[in-house]
Amino acid sequence: MGDHVNLSRGVSRRQFGSCAAAAAAGWVLTACGPRQLHEMPKERLRSALRDLEQKYAATYGTNVAVSDAPPLPGVEFAYALDLSRCIGCRRCVYACAEENNLSRDPQVHWIRVLSMDKEKGVDFEHADPYYEPEEVPQEGHFYVPVACQHCRNPPCTKTCPTGATWTEPDGIVVIDYDWCIGCRCCMASCPYGARHFNWSEPSIPKGELNPKTHYLGNRPRIKGVVEKCTFCIQRTREGRYPACVEVCPVGARKFGNLLDPESEIRYIIEHKRVLVLKEELKTMPKFFYFYAT
Amino acid sequence: MLNVRLFSRFVSGSVRLALRGNRAYWAWIAGLVALIVSGVAAYGSQVTTGLAVTAMRDQVSWGFYIGNFTFLVGVAAAAVVLVIPAYVYHWKPIREIVIYGELLAVSAIVMCQLFVLIDIGRPDRLWHLFPPFGRLNFPSSLLAWDVIVLNLYFVVNLIVVTHILYRAFCGRPYVKALVVPLVLMSIPMAIGIHTVTAFLFNGLAARPYWNSSILAPQFLASAFCSGPAILLIVLQLLRRFTRFEIQQEAISKIAELMAYAMFLNLFLHGVEAFKEYYSATEHLLYTRYWFSGLGEHRTLVPFAWAAVSLNLVAFALFIMPATRRYWLTLNIGCFATYAGCYIEKGMGLIIPGLTPDTLGEIYEYFPTITEIRVAAGVFALGFLVFTLMLKIAVPISLGEFGDVDHPPPVFRPA
Repeated sequence: MGDHVNLSRGVSRRQFGSCAAAAAAGWVLTACGPRQLHEMPKERLRSALRDLEQKYAATYGTNVAVSDAPPLPGVEFAYALDLSRCIGCRRCVYACAEENNLSRDPQVHWIRVLSMDKEKGVDFEHADPYYEPEEVPQEGHFYVPVACQHCRNPPCTKTCPTGATWTEPDGIVVIDYDWCIGCRCCMASCPYGARHFNWSEPSIPKGELNPKTHYLGNRPRIKGVVEKCTFCIQRTREGRYPACVEVCPVGARKFGNLLDPESEIRYIIEHKRVLVLKEELKTMPKFFYFYAT
Repeated sequence: MLNVRLFSRFVSGSVRLALRGNRAYWAWIAGLVALIVSGVAAYGSQVTTGLAVTAMRDQVSWGFYIGNFTFLVGVAAAAVVLVIPAYVYHWKPIREIVIYGELLAVSAIVMCQLFVLIDIGRPDRLWHLFPPFGRLNFPSSLLAWDVIVLNLYFVVNLIVVTHILYRAFCGRPYVKALVVPLVLMSIPMAIGIHTVTAFLFNGLAARPYWNSSILAPQFLASAFCSGPAILLIVLQLLRRFTRFEIQQEAISKIAELMAYAMFLNLFLHGVEAFKEYYSATEHLLYTRYWFSGLGEHRTLVPFAWAAVSLNLVAFALFIMPATRRYWLTLNIGCFATYAGCYIEKGMGLIIPGLTPDTLGEIYEYFPTITEIRVAAGVFALGFLVFTLMLKIAVPISLGEFGDVDHPPPVFRPA
């Protein structure tokens, strides 16, 4: 009995010591280890994304792929939109919604097309996002589609208190939907109304989910977090055009690699008169507007 | 050192005190509890449905909750109005009531933290803000600064009040080496919490209504009106219902300070209005939405003029010695100050800042019943905390509640 007491005491002391050391080490590792998906080592990220794929498959009854395609080396994306061509048909708005799994009810749109008076020029005070004429374009009007401008100097990533939004090396401003706390500081600081909050549980009818997703892009969202345009990260990192560029019936939308001197986007910037919205705020958008004709 | 026996006597005595009270006390407590229950129920529906139960939308993405948060940061900061003369100038009549200012600050910070909690979309992820497990985007995010300074201010005030009260309970003087540095620290911190909160809005170039350097001083001026207004009413209630004595001189001195603060507040508003209306750039839109409405969008106009009128009335009543000494006009002035500053912050700061939105759309925000119920619940909880703390602090300061082995205490330094 005495031996047993002694033994157990000795062991427990040693055990206590090693347990405490293990706990401390565990704590330090957890505390210093990756907090967000994009910081995880490749293997762990893959297994986390596999879990997400299974979860989405169960919810939507279809196979969902969640890609972790990294930024391509030597690529910085930029966008240009020809204001003289845009007819305000809003096909881009709906193509974006389908491609990016935007909630249908409540309705979320990443692109907002503003109808403006030709007389007044680009003037937000008199812009109308709810225009509904029989036919577009309407006499005396022109159209300015606005989505995330992927600023070089983004106020949203600066104000986010948890670092849940940042600029990727290829210039895309992304959000970690699993890290966002929904404080909406980014929305207050965005000068372009580009950020949208999930005020209630987003919903997509079962058959309408786009199963090809990216973990920083169009994977299904949850209520209480912020989302926005990602330049269709799931497509563009594979060398495809964003959905809005493909669908535009008048070819007003241009997209490409700023670092490639032969790219269309470089040609436009170098040969056309381009403008950015709210230039005075020095957000330095990578989304340019121009008049080709 | 902490004496366990003594401490348990302090705790059990405090509980006994909180459970003792007349009919008015229990009616007050019952009212607060009813509001809290209603608030919790409303918040429950907000958690299940999402923030869609509020009137906030993408266009006006902050509303009543953040307005209340801002107002209450001001109330918390205003405790310094009392602390400064008491500790720096050794002005005796105010000195005894400093502790109540600090208790008010503690309760106000509790409410602030709750208002942030109920406003965020994922309250389950609040821990993302706290290192080492979370990540605080410091120093670039002003909300990160606000989290830090508010929590520090809360801790400092909590230490000061619990230390002073507990030592008084034990019949011993408070440790000057601990209290005085903390109190001196809390003065710049009080200015700091409200400045940082102003910067939270001030730094957003996307919102011209907030992007004006006058915002932080104006926040401070209005805080130094609304915080003392609550305190003056509380002090008079204490004088009426307990043996607590407070010199009339102290009360009218605080009212006089409020008059100067209110002058500054009105002046700063006037200065800002001049700049907006005279230069009449596109930034005028937001001020116009507040004071005169834009076309048929006039929801906030009555609130704007109510706030201006109430603030003017309060200023007039407090600047004249006769009216700030007469109890009725004094109290009308307190209520006018409180209401004026509350409307100015709750409705006049956040909503016009976001209306029209950055792309020019006018979405008229007005809080829903759910929002009002949740907010009322938060206020009720804050007042409950304040009431219970007063219930313990007042008898201690009167020497009615103390350790039996020791002589009745007073607040005094070692």
